[in-house]
Amino acid sequence: MAAVTTNSADVPGREETAAPGATTAAPGAPGPRERRPRELNWRIRLRRDRSLLLMTVPVVVLLLVFNYLPLFGTVTAFEYYDPIVGVVNSQWIGLDNFRQLFGDPLFWGSVWNTLELAAVQLVLFFPVPVALALLLNSVLSPRIRGFVQSVTLIPHFFSWVLVITLFQQMIGGAGLLNQFLRQHGTTPWNIMMDPSVFKLLVTSQVIWKDAGWGIIVFLAALAAIDENLYEAAAMDGAGRWRRMWHITLPGLRGVIVLMLVLRLGNILNVGFEQLLIQRYAVGHDAADVLDTFSYYYGIGTNNYGYGAAAGIFKSAVSLLLIYGANKLAHFFGEDGLYRK
Amino acid sequence: MSELTTGSRRRTGRPAWEEAPTAVGQGVKGVTLGGILLLVLGPLWCVVITSFSTQGSVNRAGGLVIVPHGLTLNAYRTMLGDGPVTRALVVSLAVTAVGTAFSMLVSVLCAYGLSRSRSLGHRFLLMILVVTMFVSGGLIPSYLVVTGLGGFDQYWALILPSAVSVFNILVLRSFYAGTAAELIDAARMDGAGDWRILWSVVLPTSRAVTAVITLFYAVGYWNSFFNVMLYMPTSSQKWPLQYVLYQYVNLGTNMPGQVNSGFGNAANATAPLSLQMAVVVLTLVPVVIAFPFVQKHFTKGVLTGAVKG
Repeated sequence: MAAVTTNSADVPGREETAAPGATTAAPGAPGPRERRPRELNWRIRLRRDRSLLLMTVPVVVLLLVFNYLPLFGTVTAFEYYDPIVGVVNSQWIGLDNFRQLFGDPLFWGSVWNTLELAAVQLVLFFPVPVALALLLNSVLSPRIRGFVQSVTLIPHFFSWVLVITLFQQMIGGAGLLNQFLRQHGTTPWNIMMDPSVFKLLVTSQVIWKDAGWGIIVFLAALAAIDENLYEAAAMDGAGRWRRMWHITLPGLRGVIVLMLVLRLGNILNVGFEQLLIQRYAVGHDAADVLDTFSYYYGIGTNNYGYGAAAGIFKSAVSLLLIYGANKLAHFFGEDGLYRK
Repeated sequence: MSELTTGSRRRTGRPAWEEAPTAVGQGVKGVTLGGILLLVLGPLWCVVITSFSTQGSVNRAGGLVIVPHGLTLNAYRTMLGDGPVTRALVVSLAVTAVGTAFSMLVSVLCAYGLSRSRSLGHRFLLMILVVTMFVSGGLIPSYLVVTGLGGFDQYWALILPSAVSVFNILVLRSFYAGTAAELIDAARMDGAGDWRILWSVVLPTSRAVTAVITLFYAVGYWNSFFNVMLYMPTSSQKWPLQYVLYQYVNLGTNMPGQVNSGFGNAANATAPLSLQMAVVVLTLVPVVIAFPFVQKHFTKGVLTGAVKG
């Protein structure tokens, strides 16, 4: 997601873009090549474009089956779903699942955990890539810069199982840290199983895994800042900190706002696998978020309708957040996920 | 490696107008960067060294080994000689290879199919794709669809439901749309159809983005974990490596279908920890190997496409 951003304003000749959800192929500037076929009969166009259409068939079929079909499956949220009789024949119970859900303290616990985790990550994770990018950008040697960037980027491609295993080996009960503490006669502290610091632990895992990935977009934005501005400022007697404050940071503003907005829209998607894997260690009170709640109380206990109801709640709130975040982006004069 | 840094502002040394660095500033910077490198590389180092260590040095260290002492391949020999891990490795490699090939095939075709901006219905089709990025049925309905289609315990359940990444297709599409119209027109003049143009003109001119997207898909399949948990939680014969790692290292369970002493049996005298770390190394090595080959395309491949797109 991180790569999908930033100022697309000034790239000539590329109206149709990759920003997901940008109403791609914006109706802007139909060239002479586009005018002519518009007058053609659709039969002729169908004949002409049949191979292009054929090419999209596999993906469309996959999406219809695995993305659109489940949309109809959301009716299970209004049923007492019984896998034996199927979706159609299951007993219809209206809003009972939701009523039960909203009276369930475990559910509200997971909502609270989701929001709290999102907030902690917003405060502690979000500034890290910006700071790292600034730091890296100030390093003169391209070799060192490249090396540090490569090294910090690699963990992004590790699986969550692997990342958590590494954390376990470093700071877990039998890990290096506690080994060290024991040798020096201090009481060991199993951070991996301590619910009170779980949110910080999860955030530090996110930082370890994805900070290097987040750098890329900020480095690209830094590269786009006009070098002459720095020179002119230096001529006027601005020191390096002043230049950072008055040139670099304003230059990054657009990207920072955009990344923030993206993050806000995505706020309910706090590490699903990551929390699933660590749930046993700290217990569900600390580790349940909306996604894992839906998994454990839906599939885990065969109460599918109940889990689906939790899923719907999350989808609805997510959609609202995406919408709100985009409004916010437009307010800041940015494109956001889709354009105005 | 150096290509990646083209995203950075500076290419050459310090310009004349810039102040010379202060010793304190340099020191702080060096320590910070060193610390960052240590945070990433340190754990990897410990894990790799432990996986190569003898029972003796693991015992002496009382856990993970930091300073190598008496290296051995025993852990790998035991691990690969034994059933579960070898099988999981084969499953992982096969799922990754088949899945990536399939995903790339359908994604490239679809991306090209949607990239000709005058084609019939491409806006409608694009909308079908994009909607899925915002609206989803959620976990349970997807689970019901896949199991309803008989996906339980089937390998295809690890591939098909997540075979398509709309984001990847949009990145590919923006590249294909950016392919020089003159090239395509010239090919069309020479009588090439769309299949031919895709294969002979568009694909060769977009190697960078193809490499990057292939990596994204491959890493996704290699790391697939949750689909296994959903669709084959009990059939240990079909587990890929990530799930074996989870079971064996995170949960600390013995590999199913094995006697308690099966792993690290007395004859081999391999430390259980070394074995666990060998599994860890096995899961991370392919990523680390593939990474440098693709990394050089990152700037060209993804940044110019998605960031500036």
